[in-house]
Amino acid sequence: MWVYEKKLQYPVKVSTCNPRLAKYLIEQYGGADGELSAALRYLNQRYTIPDKVVGLLNDIGTEEFAHLEMIATLIYKLTKDATPAQLEEAGLGAYYVNHDQALYYQNAAGSPWTATYIQAKGDPIADLYEDIAAEEKARATYQWIIDLSDDPFLNDSLKFLREREIVHSQRFHEAVEILKEERDRKKIF
Amino acid sequence: MPESYYQLMEKIQAVDFVLVDLTLYLDTHPDDLEAIKQFNQKAYESKQLKAEFENQFGPLLQYGLSYSNYPWNWKDAPWPWQV
Ligand SMILES: [Fe+2]
Repeated sequence: MWVYEKKLQYPVKVSTCNPRLAKYLIEQYGGADGELSAALRYLNQRYTIPDKVVGLLNDIGTEEFAHLEMIATLIYKLTKDATPAQLEEAGLGAYYVNHDQALYYQNAAGSPWTATYIQAKGDPIADLYEDIAAEEKARATYQWIIDLSDDPFLNDSLKFLREREIVHSQRFHEAVEILKEERDRKKIF
Repeated sequence: MPESYYQLMEKIQAVDFVLVDLTLYLDTHPDDLEAIKQFNQKAYESKQLKAEFENQFGPLLQYGLSYSNYPWNWKDAPWPWQV
């Protein structure tokens, strides 16, 4: 089971109401390479991955939910004081009609989240390579959002999240090596 | 919230970040004794800081991992996205 802790993983601040940036940031909320996809992918793969790397998938998957909460907090803070007119001006008119100020799992272009974004192949190497690719894509997405953002507080949080993707990718690479080593040892004996 | 809320929270976030990062590291480097020592030290520091925080600002953890005052204060705002 999980236990909720009443804190964010990292302090989250924004300079000002900015629905334009929220519209881009929602890519990391309900997009293909976003935090929801990451959390659900890893926590789902862990049931059938070899014991040696279950812990890693469990722990990275759990951290992804903390990242999802940071993204939600950023979107909430960027939009909570926006008027309908400001949302419309930022390209969120259709979003407002469907959701008011509520958060919704969709990507920046408005497509709702779908399980087709994630795979569970059952082959541990295939699954871990998907995980590595997912981390690299998430890292790149954070960079592209930072490039479009002029909010130093938002960028501080996004840089933290970008660095976490690099660490996750590194750990998944190590997991691949651990499994390859184990496989080769079995072949010898 | 008072300035002390943010200061204490940030201290907790800093220590807990080290714990998250060490957890992932140890998942793939389970024999690193120095890292395990650091992990246990930080786990202790985290508990101390959280006890101090909870005395002033109420429970941090759900389902009995923190104690409650009277009346029940777990459900009280602010939630993390509200501060
Ligand atoms: Fe990640």
